[in-house]
Amino acid sequence: MSVFYFVAFLSIFFALMTIFAKSPVHSVLYLVITFFTFTVHYILLNAQFLAIVNFIVYMGAIMVLFLFVLMLLNLNKDTEPLKSNLVKVMGVIAGLCLLVTLAGSFRVLEVTGPDAVGNTEIGLVGNLGKVLFSEFLLPFEISSILLLTAMVGAVLLAKNDPKNA
Amino acid sequence: MESALLLEKTILVVVVFAITLFIAMYSTLVERKVAGFMQARFGPDRAGPFGLLQPLADGGKFFFKEEIIPAGAHKALFIAGPTIAMFTACISSAVIPWGQELTIGEKVFTLQVADINVGVLYIFGVVALGVYGIMIGGWASNNKYALMGAVRAASQSISYEIGMGLSLIALLMITGTLSLKEIVAQQEGFVNWNIWVQPLGFLIFLVCAFAECNRVPFDLAECETELIGGYNVEYSSMKLAFYMFAEYINMFVSSSLMAALYFGGYNFPFMYDLGLSQNWITIIGVLVFFAKILAFIFFFMWIRWTVPRFRYDQLMRLGWKILIPLAVANIVLTGIATIVKDTYF
Repeated sequence: MSVFYFVAFLSIFFALMTIFAKSPVHSVLYLVITFFTFTVHYILLNAQFLAIVNFIVYMGAIMVLFLFVLMLLNLNKDTEPLKSNLVKVMGVIAGLCLLVTLAGSFRVLEVTGPDAVGNTEIGLVGNLGKVLFSEFLLPFEISSILLLTAMVGAVLLAKNDPKNA
Repeated sequence: MESALLLEKTILVVVVFAITLFIAMYSTLVERKVAGFMQARFGPDRAGPFGLLQPLADGGKFFFKEEIIPAGAHKALFIAGPTIAMFTACISSAVIPWGQELTIGEKVFTLQVADINVGVLYIFGVVALGVYGIMIGGWASNNKYALMGAVRAASQSISYEIGMGLSLIALLMITGTLSLKEIVAQQEGFVNWNIWVQPLGFLIFLVCAFAECNRVPFDLAECETELIGGYNVEYSSMKLAFYMFAEYINMFVSSSLMAALYFGGYNFPFMYDLGLSQNWITIIGVLVFFAKILAFIFFFMWIRWTVPRFRYDQLMRLGWKILIPLAVANIVLTGIATIVKDTYF
């Protein structure tokens, strides 16, 4: 349990550093470390597959792309657009609303079902695959369509309009 | 964990680490010897017999060179760059099975540091992490050439990781496991090697491995003609050596992965027909595995002195428009073949 508290402390610490870092590149690097602590959390829960996938997808791919874009833009303090106080207040209110929603949904959350309770082996690849491709097949496929939609949208945005070309 | 196991694993880690560094060290000499051979000249032959002490001389030179951290560089990240590159290169060998069990007295030793059941994915994660070393170093140098090199390295690495992953999925469909130990154990003898059922997958994996190691013809991140020296242009002394060393270690790890995944790892023909005891099979198996690895390292060098460097748009076109569709086709073909085999045979 003490390992959990230590890692949880690190998660929160680096998450805060992500927000308070002055330079965008440092911010992304702190976010990378935050994701790494999440991976450690998954390993503590014996969810090996989730841990390694979180490692590959978030740390290895998404964060590299973030870093890539930030390095190309070369953002620094001088070029950063200043936000008015109104925008800051709106941001705080929106964030708190999200927090209240999350807290509310966690309060009514009930952990049920034979897969979720008392089975510490569920996070291993074989078990996870069996559950994903039988019981949760429909949600799994729908989420893949969601990703496909996002990809098509991104390609459409990046594509030049033939009239302007 | 009991202390005996801890001691056993520690010894294994140290041995694997020493062998990795030794091979990486001598790869630098072999590379220049191979270059000499390909270009009809001698290569380094002054330091010791056949130039065998050349890597030691190089190492000593690197240590005594002046260390320069540019005034405009971000100091902490500048140091972190080569550290990460070296660290990720070294930890990836943890899941490779070097051999079968070795029995000494009553005790059975496994010649693999960690048999985790997501071994293949672990390698992927570490490879994905490796690009941070280059990116952070390139950005922290505060030099436009270094930055361009870093950005190129990142986009190249992400592009070819996809092809590599897709080519491996076809392999995993056949083996049915993510554990490297089981994948190698399945390829017993000679006819069971995965290369016979996955030739296309191996070809894609090979090309992607070259790109992930930043080797010619895919060394766009350090393309001298366009970028002076690429991401490591501001580095000097041992930090530069770390970057170059990490590249050789990556080459060694990729070679051992290819040997383990497609060429049977420690398995060799007629291994159980010769009437050898288990220990001898294990020892010969380890030697065979290293022979395969060295053959792949030679192949890496052979390509380097044969094929010219790609242009950047050609590199991206090869990755996205040729390798990825090929890999997807390979997955579909593998799926069809598996179903046909299950139904009719």
